[in-house]
Amino acid sequence: MDELTRRAALKTGGATLGAAAFARALAPLTEWEENVSVDSFLQKHYKEMNKLEMSVVLARLETEALEEHGVAVSISDPRPTPGVSFAYALNLSVCIGCRKCAVACHEENNHDRATNNSYIRVLEMKKGGIDLEQGRTDYKHPVPDDDHFYMPVQCHQCDNAPCVKVCPVEATWKEADGIVVVDYNWCIGCRYCEAACPYHARRFNWQKPEIPAEEINPDQAYLSNRIRPQGVMEKCTFCLHRTRNGRMPACLEACPTGARVFGNLEDPNSEIRWVLENKRVFVLKEDVGTRPRFFYFFDE
Amino acid sequence: MSSKPAHPIRSYPAFLWKAAGVATDGNAAFYAWMTALTAIFLVGVHAYAQQFAHGLAITAMSDHVSWGMYIGNFTFAVGLAAGAVMMVIPAYLYNDHEMHDVVIVGEILAISAIVVSLAFVNVDLGRLDHAWHLMPVVGRFNWPISMLTWDVVVLSGYLFLNLHVVGYLLYTRYRGAVPDPRWYVPFVFLSILWAVSIHTVTAFLYSGLGGRPFWNTAILAPRFIASAFVTGPAFIVLALQVVRRLTSFHVGDGPILTLLSVLRVTVLLNLFLVGSEVFTELYSGGSHTASARYLYFGLHGHHALVPWIWSAIAMNIAAAVIFLSASPKTQLWGIDVACVLSLCGIWIEKGLGLIVPGFVPSTLHELIEYLPNEIEWKVTLGIWALGLLVFTVGLKLAVTIFTGRMRAEEA
Ligand code: SF4
Repeated sequence: MDELTRRAALKTGGATLGAAAFARALAPLTEWEENVSVDSFLQKHYKEMNKLEMSVVLARLETEALEEHGVAVSISDPRPTPGVSFAYALNLSVCIGCRKCAVACHEENNHDRATNNSYIRVLEMKKGGIDLEQGRTDYKHPVPDDDHFYMPVQCHQCDNAPCVKVCPVEATWKEADGIVVVDYNWCIGCRYCEAACPYHARRFNWQKPEIPAEEINPDQAYLSNRIRPQGVMEKCTFCLHRTRNGRMPACLEACPTGARVFGNLEDPNSEIRWVLENKRVFVLKEDVGTRPRFFYFFDE
Repeated sequence: MSSKPAHPIRSYPAFLWKAAGVATDGNAAFYAWMTALTAIFLVGVHAYAQQFAHGLAITAMSDHVSWGMYIGNFTFAVGLAAGAVMMVIPAYLYNDHEMHDVVIVGEILAISAIVVSLAFVNVDLGRLDHAWHLMPVVGRFNWPISMLTWDVVVLSGYLFLNLHVVGYLLYTRYRGAVPDPRWYVPFVFLSILWAVSIHTVTAFLYSGLGGRPFWNTAILAPRFIASAFVTGPAFIVLALQVVRRLTSFHVGDGPILTLLSVLRVTVLLNLFLVGSEVFTELYSGGSHTASARYLYFGLHGHHALVPWIWSAIAMNIAAAVIFLSASPKTQLWGIDVACVLSLCGIWIEKGLGLIVPGFVPSTLHELIEYLPNEIEWKVTLGIWALGLLVFTVGLKLAVTIFTGRMRAEEA
């Protein structure tokens, strides 16, 4: 064999081996369980879909839920009501740190069971100051403890929301009633918003959420508690599938002490307005300029 | 040289074909090098395929430390790309002829480093299949509000500028023609400004986040630029040493000495900026300095990054001492060592040392630590192997064309 044909043969051999090794390296891809049809791949941004397109998408998502989780769910798309602007307030004098709100959130919002995910973190704080550095979330003793008070933290639905600003693809935005939402089918999973949030309110689906069929909450909405895909961001939506239909958030209903107050800011007779007008309220990390819709207060 | 250059359009397919030949042809050492890189790259591909299928849950990242090894390496690679401009500036702004002859090495480095940085962003995405949402027009590009969209613009712009300049120069030389300055010099000047922009925008990505005090500082962009101007020249010095030892391409002492004088300044500047930051963080105290305390000394019994950052500082100081004291005439190997030291030091400082403390403690002051796991190491090494493959092929092509061993048939 002369030099040239020897080289050509070597190269062909090398290329064949390389291609085989490449195919072998990619083999784990076959274990991907996501249900990515052409329709879901090409699905438009939430704001670009008309009513008809949305109904097609909702039907497809319901079918996928049935196939993947074995449950018949109903996924709706409730929109903001004009003249409604939501806000939340939490009475730190009565909260006992029982974490019932966090558990209710976990169940209501179809969170992954193994990771015990919830949109609410309850901080146990030393009395005598509001110093987050002195707080801890992993307390295990009976509550309430005399030297401490408790501060649940969830999404503050900021009016100047850093998470919305940084999203490169507008997959997350603020709705007319003040709720910050994520289009789970548009998010690229870059987690820039999670880095931007000063309240640790956003959660990432590091893997596909797993929930036993009988525990799945079938009352779902596109922008809130439907079962999220792998690799996208999620967050508290003030339970918009409930609150936009006149109900209270799950965390509020679960609270045994009545520490939580939720309502429409634009209704002058609402309890939330009364709290904001008559209590000494404060917001967390006011200095970062986020203008939260989540307030804390103490009884005198 | 042929008297008449080959046709600019008709000779292009043959150029590509021959380039593919050059890229896959060489001596035994070349084959060994390329095979090793390919093998490492495939290990990375395999690890990434697992991550793609099972989700980022199989990395060490969590909701507490939601960026890690990948974004750290991304940041470092952007710096490397920007630092390549330290060859372009002397070559074009100061008309350093010897530098001009080898400036293509810097431009090829820029291309390879951008490929690396883009790869790191992509492996970090939760939904690679949604990446098209980032495309202007068909997707929804949140420009100019999101800094990440700026980064997409400047990184791809820098890639195209350098691809154009390198492609144009190589192809013209291949055709046996003289490059027309009008076709590349404006792009070169643009690329100088652009180089500064890529690392500035990347710094703004972090420094614009008010909720993360560790990053939320005006010194971040200057620090990024200073370290980029260390890593870029350091990598190029090493590359030039290899080229002149292994190929017939002529590399004079001039470019290396010029880069060394750049390094002597930037390595000190970088240390100075680190020092300023450390002072401000540690002297004042308070909860917004918790991340810095965690990084340098550990916090409440957590100190995963402490050995890393002190090794980085030690390497940077050692590199500075060598750069300033070694004689380039007699102790060139010393310079090589210093280059390696500063590359490693800044890789830590602008990688894990920059990204991870931004998340530790978390915004609610929880202390959850992070160190990359096996999957992340494999993917990371795979991407760097890919970058070196691109760099090697680019260099080989440039050397072959510049030494006249690959040229068009006469017209
Ligand atoms: S993770 Fe999703 S929602 Fe968050 S910034 Fe990235 S694309 Fe936007």
